[in-house]
Amino acid sequence: MADIAAPAYRVIPIIPALKSGAMDGSGPYVANDKIQEALGFPGHLVEGWHDRAIAKMGELLGKYRSLKVYMDTCVHCGACSDKCHYFIGTQDPKNMPVARQDLMRSIYRRYFTLPGKLFPKLVGARDLTREVLDEWHNYFHQCSECRRCSVFCPYGIDTAEVTMAAREILDSVGYGQKYSNEIIGKVHKIGNNLGLPGPALRDTLEGLEEDVKEDTGIDVRFPIDVKGAEVLFITPSADFFAEPHIDSLIGYAKVFHATGTSWTLSSMSSEAANFGMFIGNYEQLRKVALRIRQAALELGVKRIVVGECGHAWRVAYSFWNTLTGVGDGADQDDKFAMMLQKQLDHRYKQPMHVCEFTWDMIEQGALSFDKEANDKHIITFHDSCNVARGSRMGGYPGGQFDIPRNIIKAVANNFVEMDPSTTHEKTFCCGGGGGLLTDDLLDLRVKGALPRMEVLQQVVDEQGVNFMACICAICKAQFTKVMPIYGFDRRMVGGVHQLVSNAIKLGEK
Amino acid sequence: MTSILFAILFYFATLMFVVGTIYRISVYTRTPAPLKIPTTPAPINTGGVVLRMMREVFLFESLFKANLWTWAAGWLFHASLALVLLRHLRYFTEPVWAWVAFIQPFGTYAGITMLFGVAALWARRIFVERIRYISTPSDHLMLALFMVIALSGLVMSFIEHTDVVAVKGFMLGLMNIAWLHSDSQTLPSGIVLYVHLFMVAVLMMIFPISKLLHAPGLFFSPSRNQADDSREKRHTSAWGKQLEAEN
Repeated sequence: MADIAAPAYRVIPIIPALKSGAMDGSGPYVANDKIQEALGFPGHLVEGWHDRAIAKMGELLGKYRSLKVYMDTCVHCGACSDKCHYFIGTQDPKNMPVARQDLMRSIYRRYFTLPGKLFPKLVGARDLTREVLDEWHNYFHQCSECRRCSVFCPYGIDTAEVTMAAREILDSVGYGQKYSNEIIGKVHKIGNNLGLPGPALRDTLEGLEEDVKEDTGIDVRFPIDVKGAEVLFITPSADFFAEPHIDSLIGYAKVFHATGTSWTLSSMSSEAANFGMFIGNYEQLRKVALRIRQAALELGVKRIVVGECGHAWRVAYSFWNTLTGVGDGADQDDKFAMMLQKQLDHRYKQPMHVCEFTWDMIEQGALSFDKEANDKHIITFHDSCNVARGSRMGGYPGGQFDIPRNIIKAVANNFVEMDPSTTHEKTFCCGGGGGLLTDDLLDLRVKGALPRMEVLQQVVDEQGVNFMACICAICKAQFTKVMPIYGFDRRMVGGVHQLVSNAIKLGEK
Repeated sequence: MTSILFAILFYFATLMFVVGTIYRISVYTRTPAPLKIPTTPAPINTGGVVLRMMREVFLFESLFKANLWTWAAGWLFHASLALVLLRHLRYFTEPVWAWVAFIQPFGTYAGITMLFGVAALWARRIFVERIRYISTPSDHLMLALFMVIALSGLVMSFIEHTDVVAVKGFMLGLMNIAWLHSDSQTLPSGIVLYVHLFMVAVLMMIFPISKLLHAPGLFFSPSRNQADDSREKRHTSAWGKQLEAEN
């Protein structure tokens, strides 16, 4: 790992030249048979994988309009070609979104379209070979499903959908990725990505209560498995132990304490993250999400609030209603959804992001802050990709950009923005999303962080920024790992609720 | 003889174009979108989605955000093409509608701007390394096709005039199935006209089996045509609901 170095900053906005084959290789570690079979996938590359892969592709083309339309409509205009952080960081042409899609589109054309069957060379179609399969495993694990390309595509083609389909096909022939599939297995078995069992979780929470008491002199509680609580709080399990995540967990608890909200965590459902989305498998996505439904029903809660996590919020905001019924507006005769929706309190958004919760409370005047407590920080905000382009907060489009910033400005005095071509819906992924937050992909992660690091360096140099806030567990983990390689202090990264935690006044209301 | 061949070609091309495109659209319509995946920030209701779609169709909003040069060339090409197509309605209607007569001069000059647009898009494909890398032979041929159509049309408009009255007679004859009652008109002869008509027929035939599907495809793109209302309304699909029945 000593040989992993940060690429040089570009003179913005230079578009890098192509370096063919720069990221050729075998991709991330392959899942072993134990990991694969736990999810119901074949343990290793099956006999007849070719026909099974094509059959699976046909099945997905019939189940997902996105995939079908996206395979057909691309005109190779190149609008997306310079938009991917992995392309910018690696210069490998196969990391241009259109080229990544074409790794699959070439197969689609060969087996599912007339011109591709008749004149493969003419339309860029090719046979599915073992080399192609390896190429898929490599390059579809160099996409973090961040959707930046889809913002710029004139047809809205979302490479994330293609990557998900490719991973789904790879899993179905026994060629899965170790990192994501191992983690999904842990959620099914124990209830969270880290494999943290209930007793350990309880210990951690008790420890936190003592820490906060020591720090503030106030009994801030971290309740777990409390039946009849009003709010079920679902947060990424990294919040329970990782730095700087845990500081945001303390922040959430202080907000609930200060507003007198009755809340609880669940030991059975102690994970907001849902790697089922990363591997594009609807059944896994659904199965992981159903734990939240189950916890909500068992604990009898009225509201569900979600902690700082990017893809988790996309899954919660965009998919939970469909997958689990957590939401509103189901048909009266939709028994599955109504069972839960009757229980929930629809005066509030279901589910609600913790930033929406906190901002509501700030607007209602239920919280007060000592903003000077954050004066040591000059803060900027990194929009997390899944929140920015796959979800919303508040009642209007773009609320997901304003609400976290509003909170920061309410709890701190020094806030500056980074280059606007890299924020809001144009934000860059941290480089570690989409199931790539694993050490066997560290080289890719470092290179993928380049565009964010460049503009961070700008505000550091020009405005003295020393804190980059974000609202995603993966962003936090990725940045603390790669920022030292770029010469930044790892403690520059933290959550929005970490800033809330610093400034919130407890026990004065 | 040539007239009969072109008559057959145009009937066949029209059949492929219409049936092929309807088939494609029916596949898109039938294929479910199981999850809500609008690229956000997205409109929160149907009215907003219609506006977003109109901005994409008429202004190429996303492409504008992506790359100004591609946007300029692409928009010039498409807007010109639209004008040219509308102008050509005069060869298929009798009497000619007033607004078609009005745009006639603009439509003629749009042929020139269309050529510029195609040339710019092609230049980009040849000279920009990234675009060259992703281009397939069919991408180049498609531009060649449009270039030949535009050039041959311009030659007939400005240099070697063809007998447009006779061409119109031929087209109206095709539309009225005139050969059934034997008052059909023959196509005037001329190599430029033949090239022009042949390439247009080719274009119609490959429309439903090529990337030209981007035209209907845009309307079915879930990242653009879905409203951002996943918390307010439960979005379901038949096969997704099926899983609920199973446990």
